[in-house]
Amino acid sequence: MDAALIPLLPLLVVGGTALLVIVLDLLPPRDRKGHLGVVALAGVVMALLVSLGLWGREGRAFRGMVVLDNFALFLDVVICYAAALVLLLSTDYLRRNDGERGEYYILVLLSTLGMVLMAAAADLIVIFLALELMSLSLYVLAGFFRGRLAAAEASMKYFLLGAFATGFFIYGIALIYGATGSTALDRIAAATRAGTRDPLLLVGLGLLLVGFGFKISSVPFHMWVPDVYEGAPTSVTAFIATGSKAAGFAALLRVLLSTFKVSQPDWTVLLWVVAVLTMTVGNVVAIAQSNLKRMLAYSSVAHVGYMLIGVVAGGALGAGSVLFYLLVYTFTTAGAFGVILLLERGRREAVDLDDYAGLAGRHPVLALTLALFLLSLIGMPPTAGFAGKFYLFGAAVRSGYIWLAVIAVLNSAVAAYYYLRVVVYMYMRDTEGLPTGPAPSFAGRLALAIALWGIFQLGLLPAPVLDLAQAAVAPLLR
Amino acid sequence: MVPESYYTALSAILFTIGVVGVLVRRNPLVIFMSIELMLNAANLALVAFGHRFGAADAQVLAFFVMTVAAAEVAVGLAIIVTIFRLRRRLSVDELSIMRW
Amino acid sequence: MNLVVFFVVAVVAVASALALVLRRNPIHGALFLVVNLGCVAVLYLLLSAEFLALAQVIIYAGAIMVLFVFAIMVLIPGKEETGPDPLRPQRLLALPLGAVLLLEIALILKSSVFQAAQPVAPPPALPAGAGGIETVGRLLLRDYLFPFEVTSVLLLAALVGVLALAKRKAG
Repeated sequence: MDAALIPLLPLLVVGGTALLVIVLDLLPPRDRKGHLGVVALAGVVMALLVSLGLWGREGRAFRGMVVLDNFALFLDVVICYAAALVLLLSTDYLRRNDGERGEYYILVLLSTLGMVLMAAAADLIVIFLALELMSLSLYVLAGFFRGRLAAAEASMKYFLLGAFATGFFIYGIALIYGATGSTALDRIAAATRAGTRDPLLLVGLGLLLVGFGFKISSVPFHMWVPDVYEGAPTSVTAFIATGSKAAGFAALLRVLLSTFKVSQPDWTVLLWVVAVLTMTVGNVVAIAQSNLKRMLAYSSVAHVGYMLIGVVAGGALGAGSVLFYLLVYTFTTAGAFGVILLLERGRREAVDLDDYAGLAGRHPVLALTLALFLLSLIGMPPTAGFAGKFYLFGAAVRSGYIWLAVIAVLNSAVAAYYYLRVVVYMYMRDTEGLPTGPAPSFAGRLALAIALWGIFQLGLLPAPVLDLAQAAVAPLLR
Repeated sequence: MVPESYYTALSAILFTIGVVGVLVRRNPLVIFMSIELMLNAANLALVAFGHRFGAADAQVLAFFVMTVAAAEVAVGLAIIVTIFRLRRRLSVDELSIMRW
Repeated sequence: MNLVVFFVVAVVAVASALALVLRRNPIHGALFLVVNLGCVAVLYLLLSAEFLALAQVIIYAGAIMVLFVFAIMVLIPGKEETGPDPLRPQRLLALPLGAVLLLEIALILKSSVFQAAQPVAPPPALPAGAGGIETVGRLLLRDYLFPFEVTSVLLLAALVGVLALAKRKAG
């Protein structure tokens, strides 16, 4: 193998699988597409193994536009886990909802490709194109169930606001290009170190942050989140919540930490405010939700706020704990949405709080599983959520952001209320009606088992993974 | 010779009109066209900066933006047509109840 | 001479952009957008970016706008946006917001770049006809080969996506 292509290896695996699935989609059988899911899953798992195998290697390709470093590899692992869990959960779900078509798997793979590329991109224009590759695929996936108005509306809302964010993003790139004469991250970094604090550069960065804010759904750019999370197919919701968020944070961290290190005082103040607003708005509004998907949507906004704390805290510990939390959040959220997606009431998904009344009596295992994921979202030991929050808030305290940590802890306490409410419904309410679901398929059970393994592995033995996460951000902080 | 700052100022004006258009209008197609205006303004700024540096890089970047715009238009109009098949009226506010 | 052309074109560009935002009828908006895109193409010519001017006319004004007009004609019979606006107060906020954004960008463009003369890493001077197809083509397929390839994947994704949305169910 050509050594120059090694940095591209994870990309090539995912992209190659996407092309393979396109070809296989044309071959019979025409009415069953489950085997494409298996092929796609194999590709994603392969990419995961390749990323783990490349750990520790460094390299660049195509004039430094793509980099291979531990940071990119760590996020590859997060993204591939997210994609694998989503694919495992999808096949059966699609069949039940009459949406089993080959394009689904192709688009999941192409958006995964965009995400992996975002983690490895070292040039603003490549980040932009990767972001678009990811987003365009997700817009379509959000509206994948044809004939459902909610899904079509979700798709359109996601698309219009996403394209709006793209406009800000590209104008930001234009201004940064105007200030530095380049879009390559290392050349911009050199320019910021050499030059004074050019206002053009700062406005450019501000516009970039607006674009990123939409993608990671931080307040005040979160307004698309509830409708899209609610309307999109639940498997796609899980992917938007985990994979696209990880990719957004990947590019955000790389740009902020390695390129705009000089302007750190400026963006730290801004992100402090955004972090507080994001977690507070997310948690407070989540209390009022009676739809579980909507509640988890606002909860995901709140979690973005927690992760921004790590960005504000900075340093190896702060940024490392963001990566750690992204992994934790991927397992937890994919798991929680996975349980929702397995439950049905009548012919529709069980998404209302009332549907969960007395669930423990009917589906003891699923109820317990969901309860564990919710406990991880609260941050109860010994689940991974606790370790993740502990590191994030600890990093804030260590960097002197005591108030930020205090606000975050208060927020977590508020959040416990609405998560525990679901648990109370499941265990303490009597059964109403007859919400029965089909028996979870093998793939679905496997996905939930992997997610459960993830939250306990990371909850009980967090230190080794945190060390890896800190090693991963080291290349950015040099 | 026209100073490049004139071009960038014009691009800032066009960008702002695009942003206001997205925020003010209700018809998704008009919103989408306003977004095109924003992308176009960004391209103009890019090319003006490139001209100042005497570099053709900016044109390549602008070309990528155009490609992305084309891809977005294809997907976006497909989404809008899909929604129209399900519903005969088209306005962002009516799309869904903007609940908290 | 160039200055005169610039100002005429700039005024038309701003007017057409405003008309796009203010006119109620989307089909008029689409036509004004075509005018705006054409104006920007002229500006590209003034900036000696011939290739881009050509691409602008062919891709934007040609392909993209045809799609838009097509969609409008198919989807929206007659006029739109009648009746009371449920979010009117919120929308009026957009105007001061836009003004602030504009002021900010304008101030910054005026203050910094064009006094601070040199970019940090001045690129080598280009031969005559730098905006020509040859230079751009060379850059596109050599320096920017990777993003170029990513673009092809992006278009593939758009293709698959549109198919997924538009394809009627088989059988």
